[in-house]
Amino acid sequence: MLVAMSGGVDSSVAAALLREAGHEVVGVWMRLHDVADSYSEFSRSCCTLDAADDARRVAGQLGVPFYTMNLEREFEGGVLRPFLDAYLGGLTPSPCVDCNTYVKFGALLGRARRLYGCEAVATGHYARRVEVSGAQGPRFELRRAQDEHKDQTYFLYGLRQEQLAHAWFPLGELKKTEVRSIAARLGLATADKPESQEICFVPGGDYRAELRERAGWEPEPGPIVDVDGTLVGSHAGVAGYTIGQRKGIGVALGEPRFVSWTDPASNTIVLGRRADLETRTMQVEDVTFVAGDPPAADGSPFRASVRIRHRGALVPATIRPTDDDGGSSFGTWAVETDRPVWAAAPGQACVLYDGDTVLGGGRISRTTREAAAAAAAKDARAVAATR
Amino acid sequence: MAIYLDHAATTPLRPEALEAMLPYLTESFGNPSSIHGFGRRARAGLDEARERLAARLGAQPREIVFTSGGTEAINLALKGAAWAGKGRGHRIVTTAVEHHAVTHTLRYLEKFGFEVVTLGVDRYGRVDPDDVEAALTDRTILVAVQLANNEVGTIQPVAEIGRRVREHRGVVLAVDAVQAAPYVDINVAELGAHFVAIAGHKLEGPKGSGALWVRHGTHLLAQQHGGSQERHRRAGTEDVAAAVGMAVAYDLACDERPATVRRLRRLRGKVSSALLAVSGTELTGHPTDRLPGHLSFIVRDTDGAAVVAALDLEGIACSTGSACTTGSTEVSHVLTAMAYPDEEARGSLRLSLGRTTSDADVDATAAIVPQVVERLRLASVELRTEPIRQAVL
Repeated sequence: MLVAMSGGVDSSVAAALLREAGHEVVGVWMRLHDVADSYSEFSRSCCTLDAADDARRVAGQLGVPFYTMNLEREFEGGVLRPFLDAYLGGLTPSPCVDCNTYVKFGALLGRARRLYGCEAVATGHYARRVEVSGAQGPRFELRRAQDEHKDQTYFLYGLRQEQLAHAWFPLGELKKTEVRSIAARLGLATADKPESQEICFVPGGDYRAELRERAGWEPEPGPIVDVDGTLVGSHAGVAGYTIGQRKGIGVALGEPRFVSWTDPASNTIVLGRRADLETRTMQVEDVTFVAGDPPAADGSPFRASVRIRHRGALVPATIRPTDDDGGSSFGTWAVETDRPVWAAAPGQACVLYDGDTVLGGGRISRTTREAAAAAAAKDARAVAATR
Repeated sequence: MAIYLDHAATTPLRPEALEAMLPYLTESFGNPSSIHGFGRRARAGLDEARERLAARLGAQPREIVFTSGGTEAINLALKGAAWAGKGRGHRIVTTAVEHHAVTHTLRYLEKFGFEVVTLGVDRYGRVDPDDVEAALTDRTILVAVQLANNEVGTIQPVAEIGRRVREHRGVVLAVDAVQAAPYVDINVAELGAHFVAIAGHKLEGPKGSGALWVRHGTHLLAQQHGGSQERHRRAGTEDVAAAVGMAVAYDLACDERPATVRRLRRLRGKVSSALLAVSGTELTGHPTDRLPGHLSFIVRDTDGAAVVAALDLEGIACSTGSACTTGSTEVSHVLTAMAYPDEEARGSLRLSLGRTTSDADVDATAAIVPQVVERLRLASVELRTEPIRQAVL
């Protein structure tokens, strides 16, 4: 059993529990990017050499072999590039989804099995994998964690049967407080380590600096328009804004305004009132299903609860195939929610649930808000042209 | 119990050394600088260690400076000689295959205005003495070269380099003999050097022990200040036990050297031919003019760290060539200097046998290592060519 050890308390306890259960455990810390080259006195990110040292220390306490594995190339191609491209293309990226699908349960899993002879990859994710018997032998379901506040299935929806068959989540039945107390009971070096929330390859949380350094982004100032097309300000580069963002816009207009749309083509940011960011219909592309096939075998519509952000509310919805390869894996599906969802952003993951079970998910490609926002951007151009 | 084939990284402490050390860790704990009996006993132990080591190196006892290890000995030699020679020049000549203790110390000196000339090596990692000679100018004050390479085991023509350097007045030669000391007979007079650095833990002595031989009359500025220990060249209360352990271990290593070298060459041959039978493997470093227990390879298409991890899981402890634990893809500067392209250098593997390696260890190694290496190579080829978004699971 290979445990992906980040140097945090969760993966530390995951390794400890597997060890206690008598599994043969190998700890691996993945070096994913050059942020890892520094020791830091103040960074909390899981990807510095300090983190590797913490993981190594815990492995030492548990008496398990520990190695570092360089997956920079895989991370660059599978996570980092798509992340940068998404921002530059006006999308909201989901790097943690890609990291799980392509790195942890892709490249790492392949190496675990083929290089180290391990049966599975275990992580400190809060999620449950359940084996169920089916007509063609056992199948694996991905279910929400016992600890609803920590549930991380939103980031794991991209896993499919061949990956889940070799995926272990030892923390799925535990609450975070229990994980902390296990770590304390075992005296693990990471027991009191603070939670890391930021994106691991963006030290300090400033992704704009990453865009400049890694993607050569040269911010080009442009107009900020209100929902009705009125020019209300100027922005410092479209890729620096995220849909739903409220702070840092630099515009004060009585009622609170949010970034409603970012349009790299016209280099325009469109604002909206809270209600303007609501939507009930979305197109979701690159949809994959944990079971392999869609819930309704003939590709017909089905009901599901959807979640469009980590720990976001589960909203009942109807999922329909579209003409665009709809009804199949990697196709595009139309999601119509029973009540509005807020700030759905293209690029973001939309995950489909049946109760506790993850059915699958995809990336939001379009929402009905697009038309209104595009109109506002167009109005703005017209206004600018007549001046 | 795992088979230890990483003697180039460090060696186990030999029992005779431990036994000789124990009194100085217990009842003979005195400070060698003290006037009383406790101090005198400690001083006697330190003096004796110094005499033993000096005798084996063909040196005078007062020429020996005990240090905390090879790195400190090298730092003291290079910084001490550079600063002492600053009045005469600022040019330092070295090779592209030195240990980081040398290269990083010289990089530090560069920040203070010293000019470092780095000489290339051939395919085997050897520097040409003619190149050294050609690099010497009126402004040259120091030449730093290793006796044997830690990564690829190649032995440098240091005696010849010493002859060339001696013809240039004012140039001193610092020799890093850390890796070579257990296996190469060192006579400081024959080497023509001014400084020779060794480390205890590479020759079955304790970690934290090292020594720098400083030719009598060579100017050296101390790099650590305080008391007058080590004839003002290295302040700080001496680690008597470490010095004693190293001296005893080196003494025994010298006695046993001819037999050890013969035996290790034989054992090395077995491992080498078994591993070279796997396709895609290649020996790096000089085929014959190398340390006797030292084997270094390229395993094409693999990541050396992954091969080392897989071998560790199979009970064989070895390394990629140098001790690195950060998962960096930075390739060995030694292999780069030997003109290996990055993608080949990444697959470096080092197996280093030692005096305590048994025939049974070698037989088991010859059986296991080729299998694992072959498996890793095949898997690595598949993994490396996979599209990133369609991982081979």
